Amino acid sequence: MVRVAALPRLLAARIVGHALTFVARFVIAVRADWRGIEPVPRQRVYFANHVSNADMPILWSVLPSALRRRTRPVAAADYWLKTPLRTFAGRDVFRAVLIDRRPEARTEDPMARILETLDEGSSLIIFPDGKRNMTEDPLLPFRAGLYNMGRARPEVDLVPAWIANLNEVMPKGEVIPLPLICTVTFGAPLHVGPDEGKDAFLTRASAALAALAPPRPDDIR
Amino acid sequence: MSDTTSDILLLSLGVITLLVALTLFGEVMRGRLPVGQTNPVVETFMQRVHSWWAIVVLLTLATLAGEIGLLFLFGFVSFAALREFLTFAYKRKADHLSLALAFFVILPLQYLFVGMGWTGLFAVFIPVYAFLLLPIVSALRGDANRFLIRVAETQWGLMISVFCISHVPALLSFAPAGDRSILLILFLVMVVQIGDLAEYYCGRRFGRTRVAPGLSPKTVQGMVCGVLAAAATGALLHWTTPFGPGWAAVLAAVASVTGMFGSLVFAAIKRDKGVKDWSHLIPGQGGFLDQMDSVIFAAPVFYHLTHLIWT
Repeated sequence: MVRVAALPRLLAARIVGHALTFVARFVIAVRADWRGIEPVPRQRVYFANHVSNADMPILWSVLPSALRRRTRPVAAADYWLKTPLRTFAGRDVFRAVLIDRRPEARTEDPMARILETLDEGSSLIIFPDGKRNMTEDPLLPFRAGLYNMGRARPEVDLVPAWIANLNEVMPKGEVIPLPLICTVTFGAPLHVGPDEGKDAFLTRASAALAALAPPRPDDIR
Repeated sequence: MSDTTSDILLLSLGVITLLVALTLFGEVMRGRLPVGQTNPVVETFMQRVHSWWAIVVLLTLATLAGEIGLLFLFGFVSFAALREFLTFAYKRKADHLSLALAFFVILPLQYLFVGMGWTGLFAVFIPVYAFLLLPIVSALRGDANRFLIRVAETQWGLMISVFCISHVPALLSFAPAGDRSILLILFLVMVVQIGDLAEYYCGRRFGRTRVAPGLSPKTVQGMVCGVLAAAATGALLHWTTPFGPGWAAVLAAVASVTGMFGSLVFAAIKRDKGVKDWSHLIPGQGGFLDQMDSVIFAAPVFYHLTHLIWT
């Protein structure tokens, strides 16, 4: 039940969401490459590489709108609740599941929030690297969250999604974004095996995600 | 209604009639298939025809809007083409500022010079000043890793996507044609595209000798057909230009053959970069660069020839 007083905010969030999607498609020309799965409304956890703050909006806006409405990104509360504008974007536009990264400030168990959101029927977007990857390596070691979700809700598809080119659009320290074409490649879904350990699964998930990356431009003959 | 406007509408009507015929042809081919089946060749054909509809409608509207409309249309095409080219170009973090300058300063300035009719500046701005400035900006960051490859690919992108494409709206300042110079743009685009279509069709029907084996399916026979078709179209459309049928045919033929070799050059670049299409923004055709490759090469040659023949 939506309260009438909340309507203008809801409407504004919808408009901003559509505007963002439009800019992403028109300026950065983001494109989805559905290599391992079809864009159908199944419950999924999309897990992606994290190099830039624009990762989440890009992945979010590349989803077809029917899927986007049922997909919620998992994001850091300390980042998204910092200013009123960010709160509006995080809470109302992206409808993010906000998790506090500082254990000492937490009032509830983040995994419980995440599982609760999955039980509502929402799909999720997560970045298992945990923080932005500033290294030359394609991926940082994965956090355990992905494994815990896969173990607790084995029927949900865990879908790797590689976001290509975004680190060239806006490398760290640069202010002006370049309008280069970004591609998001979706791979085949994974599930935690019946007696697969945490490390084995996370290694497998990381490899499945890294395998979607296009060849690096360094490979010049 | 002025003469120019009615001529634009007449040309569009001709093209629209052609497109209606192609659409009907595609729908009949679809209808002949058993219910529930699709033929991939027919579907690709229809996708292309639909993209053609969008292009013709956009070009007609921009032309009717006049100089500003065409500047914005081709400015956007340049932007989209540069975006595709630089996505695959070799670049490092040190190039970030020079690439941003290319997109947000050099491209708009080039179109401003075209719009103001400053032909002297427009002809040297990218080949001289951008050519000198951008490597300086990149070098200031102190990263020498594959420096020459980086600056060369950026410059190539600018030359192709901005310098060459801006020669299409630059035809507007062709003084002898007066306000009919707008029709020269439609003339150029039509003869090049019809030449390409004829080249593709004839090459498939009776093409034998490959022009560049291993690079492109283009054949000598197909290209000869295409150039002849372009010349014939040029002669037919000579009333849109200040030239007689003979010169119109020669101009069309030269533009068309340059365009075909241009698309051969693009085939080599794509093969080198390991991509099939530059992007997927135009359904059935690939990217803007795939659609524009022949016009890109034809435009500067056509621009200079029109000026040369007239004087």
